[in-house]
Amino acid sequence: MPKIRGAVTVNTERCKGCNLCVVACPKHVLSLQEKEVNNRGYHFAYMAVPQECIGCQSCALVCPDACIEVYRVVEK
Amino acid sequence: MEINDIIKPENLVYKKPKLLNERNMHYCPGCSHGVVHKLVAQVIEEMGAEEYAIGVSPVGCAVFAYNYIDIDWVEAAHGRATAMATAIKRLQPGKLVFTYQGDGDFAAIGTCESIHACNRGESIAIIFINNAIYGMTGGQMAPTTLLGQKTSTCPYGRRADLNGYPLAITPLLAQLDGTRYVTRQAVHTAAAVRKAKAAIRKAFENSMEGKGTSVVEIVSTCNTGWKMSPEKANDWMVENMFKKYPLGDLKNVDAEK
Repeated sequence: MPKIRGAVTVNTERCKGCNLCVVACPKHVLSLQEKEVNNRGYHFAYMAVPQECIGCQSCALVCPDACIEVYRVVEK
Repeated sequence: MEINDIIKPENLVYKKPKLLNERNMHYCPGCSHGVVHKLVAQVIEEMGAEEYAIGVSPVGCAVFAYNYIDIDWVEAAHGRATAMATAIKRLQPGKLVFTYQGDGDFAAIGTCESIHACNRGESIAIIFINNAIYGMTGGQMAPTTLLGQKTSTCPYGRRADLNGYPLAITPLLAQLDGTRYVTRQAVHTAAAVRKAKAAIRKAFENSMEGKGTSVVEIVSTCNTGWKMSPEKANDWMVENMFKKYPLGDLKNVDAEK
């Protein structure tokens, strides 16, 4: 059965660490950086469990700062 | 398969709309305004309307909307966005004219202009962000504030005997003959965002076809004004706001036929 794999990239300087993408992700892939911050002092989002991503775009849709890009591929 | 094999241009399925520029938005983290800005930019891009779209920005948090979406904008006096949009649409009927207003602008100081523009049936699209509070000025009570909701000017909660009742303005507008499409949406989940985008697209198409006024109310959060985290604010909105402001189409003349 083909498996759908996804990945996201976060524009870390644009991210404000609002946590909405983390809550929206059905696979609990995303997380906020605990110690690192961007230039504006926000704990930005990153893929904590990248292998679980299915590229469903939920995170990108709810992101208020449009900082998430989603990639999706069907693994044969 | 490694992550680097997935992150390739040919696999890209979602990106920031081009019309939304690189400037960092001034909105608080988690503000619904950002999502709605993104939807407006996406819809205009999909319609190919960037050359003939004119937005009218309000006074309120969204006053700087013209800094973020690269189309033509006009900044209206407080509450007068619909009046200004009327003038623009009448002088240039071929343009896509829309207003972007908050509840303080649309339902408080601009109630008169809002109702009359809808009653005249001007072919403009109105995007109305309802977060039940005056966000920009520090979280004061708005006409749309819910009963019992605490704000900086009603710290013990809004009382009906002292402050009156919350104003649901979109059902009023749905009664008017001039409105073509009146709907209430939210942007708290991915599914809701998709629906809100479809509603904005329909409103913009109505404006282009000269079919009458379209109103898209977006029930939104103001996590700073409500003094909550962004995700708590979303939960609070689902629990409390949707009782007074239920989602769905209030009027859709095209669907009734």
